[in-house]
Amino acid sequence: MRNVNRRTKTLLLIGMICVILLGIAASGLVMNPESYAPDYAAKKLPPSAAHWFGTDYLGRDMFCRTIKGLSTSILLGTLAAGVSAVIALVFGILSATVGGVIDKMISYLVDLFMGIPHLVLLMLISFALGKGLKGVIIGIALTHWPNLTRVIRAEVLQIKNMQYVKAAERFGRTKVQIACEHIIPHVIPQFIVGLILLFPHAILHEAGVTFLGFGLGVDTPAIGIILSEALKHISTGMWWLVFFPGMLLVMVVMLFDKLGDDIKLLIDPMSAQE
Amino acid sequence: MMNMMKYIAGTLFRMLLLLVGVSLVSFILVVSSPIDPVEAYVGSESNISQEQKDVIAEYWGLNDPPVQRYLTWIRNLLHGDMGTSIAFKKPVVQVLEERFITSAALMLTAWVISGVLGFMLGVVAGTFSDSLADRVLKTFCFVMSSTPAFWIGLLLLVVFAVHLGWFPVGFSVPVGKAASEVTIWERIHHLVLPALTLSITGVSNIALHTRQKMMDVMKSEYVLFARARGESRWQIVKRHGLRNIAIPAITLQFASFSELFGGSVLAEQVFSYPGLGNAATIAGLKGDVPMLLGVAMFSVVFVFVGNFIANLLYGLLNPEIREGGRV
Repeated sequence: MRNVNRRTKTLLLIGMICVILLGIAASGLVMNPESYAPDYAAKKLPPSAAHWFGTDYLGRDMFCRTIKGLSTSILLGTLAAGVSAVIALVFGILSATVGGVIDKMISYLVDLFMGIPHLVLLMLISFALGKGLKGVIIGIALTHWPNLTRVIRAEVLQIKNMQYVKAAERFGRTKVQIACEHIIPHVIPQFIVGLILLFPHAILHEAGVTFLGFGLGVDTPAIGIILSEALKHISTGMWWLVFFPGMLLVMVVMLFDKLGDDIKLLIDPMSAQE
Repeated sequence: MMNMMKYIAGTLFRMLLLLVGVSLVSFILVVSSPIDPVEAYVGSESNISQEQKDVIAEYWGLNDPPVQRYLTWIRNLLHGDMGTSIAFKKPVVQVLEERFITSAALMLTAWVISGVLGFMLGVVAGTFSDSLADRVLKTFCFVMSSTPAFWIGLLLLVVFAVHLGWFPVGFSVPVGKAASEVTIWERIHHLVLPALTLSITGVSNIALHTRQKMMDVMKSEYVLFARARGESRWQIVKRHGLRNIAIPAITLQFASFSELFGGSVLAEQVFSYPGLGNAATIAGLKGDVPMLLGVAMFSVVFVFVGNFIANLLYGLLNPEIREGGRV
């Protein structure tokens, strides 16, 4: 690896992380439900070669349930992060370019959303939509934009006061033209990094609300559900029900974090050539 | 002095405006739910007739237009009346009071431990950046920020309560014992694991922040000058480091009330700890509208107080604002 520079290495790493995450998401999608169906002959088995993560009190294979659950989490996280990031982009740019009342209103909304503990807000939204999966998805998708909105707003404000933007203004370019030609290209990198770094939050919140019992039904293989079932049977000493699903969740979240950081290193001009 | 008063008044006004907005949003969300509060109240299997349900709905004012219902709710709220909880069969205010005391013990312990521990770890890591201790701490914080609080709680439960049997599996007092007979030690015994869960989750944020600030200070020119004067590392940390980083750290810790509350909701669920977070979960799952609104408002005020203190400290302790500048 000596003649490979850091840029190539980072690119390779990004590629590997993407393959792992996509692999989990895809294998969950195509997974045969039979593979995590109850099997009463194989109840409460500790981890072994046949059942890597052991089985639960109904004899369901925990490895398959965990992968299926993570796949749901990743897909849900993708959707939620996508929606929230677009909201943040629109709000951030509007707030910084139009200014005035719009800026005040958006800043107020950001403060408003940050004033309620996130989990309580998710509960309220889930309740408003009559619980169920829909409530969790919409809740997660609509509540992750405030932080990124602030970042984008600050970024746009900074660019707006640059010399070349001022010059463009004097040349008579309209606000829309300036936004499209000068501002958005600079914000896109921030936006992409922000988008990826939203995933971990979205996934952890999804796991949190489902763990509390909002949203998904008891039989759905979701990490939150798996862990809340493990809690119910915790005194039976089946530690593998707790350990492996959580471990894998942490790993997925860390992979997303690493992905975001690496992409930031690559597309940020300050560090791209290091 | 005038400037300070103006700053306090301005902050307070802005935050009150937020409180109004939050109450409105919570109310809209809750009343727009398809879950019928009357059904939730009487339960699905009871044989109460439709007329009687209508009477209940009329009595609760469910048939009034939403705006009027909101105003009534706010008016009662200002008089200290938040209605009666359906799930707990008690006035909401009473439940909030009881549960807050239980939760406060948990949150305060975790808040202090995570703050002090995180600050100390951050100072050490920042002073000796790139040392082994620093790398260990950085890895630990990185892993922790990706770990859900409830999973840490579950792991602690498996290790210390189930396998080692050192601590009880749940609740805040021994099961089946009258409240008057519970000793303070039994309470602490039940508090250890939930508090530990919350503390571990809270440490990484403050530690990373402090570490970064400490590194910035160590790289500054005044530290270089101090070193040239022959000050020892401890003197530099004490004279130039702590003074500069203590205030932002305290401010950050006050501003973290929102995460603290969210964490306690999860931790309380894991340990069946009868606090506010647990009440919120029960209210949400059982469709207990008055309780849900009550907890939501309470959590908002809780976060609000934290942010307000953070803003005040930031303003009062920051010489630029104290001298009349603007931030």
